[in-house]
Amino acid sequence: MRSFWWKALGTILVLYSVIAGLLGPVPVLPIVHESIRTLYYHLPMWFSMFLMYGISVVYSIKYLSSGKEEYDLMAVESINVGIVFCFFGLISGSFWASVTWGDPWPSDPKLNGSAIATLMYLAYLVLRSSLNEEQKRAKISAIYNIFAFPIMIVLMYILPKLTDSLHPASGGNGGFGQFDLDNSMRLVLYPGIIGWMLLALWMLSIRYRYRIILFQKNQ
Amino acid sequence: MKKVILLFLCFLITALCSFAQENPGIEMATGLRSSGKIYVVVLVMVIIFVGFIAYLYSLDRKISRLEKEHKN
Repeated sequence: MRSFWWKALGTILVLYSVIAGLLGPVPVLPIVHESIRTLYYHLPMWFSMFLMYGISVVYSIKYLSSGKEEYDLMAVESINVGIVFCFFGLISGSFWASVTWGDPWPSDPKLNGSAIATLMYLAYLVLRSSLNEEQKRAKISAIYNIFAFPIMIVLMYILPKLTDSLHPASGGNGGFGQFDLDNSMRLVLYPGIIGWMLLALWMLSIRYRYRIILFQKNQ
Repeated sequence: MKKVILLFLCFLITALCSFAQENPGIEMATGLRSSGKIYVVVLVMVIIFVGFIAYLYSLDRKISRLEKEHKN
């Protein structure tokens, strides 16, 4: 994981998505106008967040089955990075909504679901800081994390699809893919998503290595 | 034959016209693009992003150095 190439690849992909995302052609749509380009930067935030939370669950399960403390540290740090991306997604989405929907936070199942999911992961951090005994903290928070992940998926992805929602790709709406007839948006969006995910992994690796040094020092 | 061609051309022109006016009244930021000032925005974002990456890279290097020191 220490090698250089995937960090450079992530950088190049995001750079490409910034340049092509601003200069490339986009479908001409009423109301959203040029703000459709926000999709290139709003969506990768959520993908990176899902990746981070997913890694966290995997390491929580690994911790419970092996009891190695390094796995617990990986689980915490990936949630820490995931929350950063979650807030970027919330803020960018809220700003986009205030321009296109006329309200920064309309009462929408997708928005409220993501807000509840965010609170759930903030509660994970509060739970950790309230337990002093290390093994107990690691075990309880790992179990909490394993329960929180599927609930987060249901709140942010499944429930909004079942009800009416303003948000594209949920509740009776198609995604922006239906307007992207010549795939020119996909050509920017997908590299951007991969690039941001790689950058999130890079941030995670820096935080994790820092935590490991601290951990070894304390022993 | 001439009539047919003429009719076909008429049809083609109307089709083209309707295609060109497919989206009346939807304003896109063509002004910013045609005046070339969109490149300012692109350049600013690229500079900020490259600076951000350089910062992340220096952090990475620092952590690597710490790891090395810690091992010895």
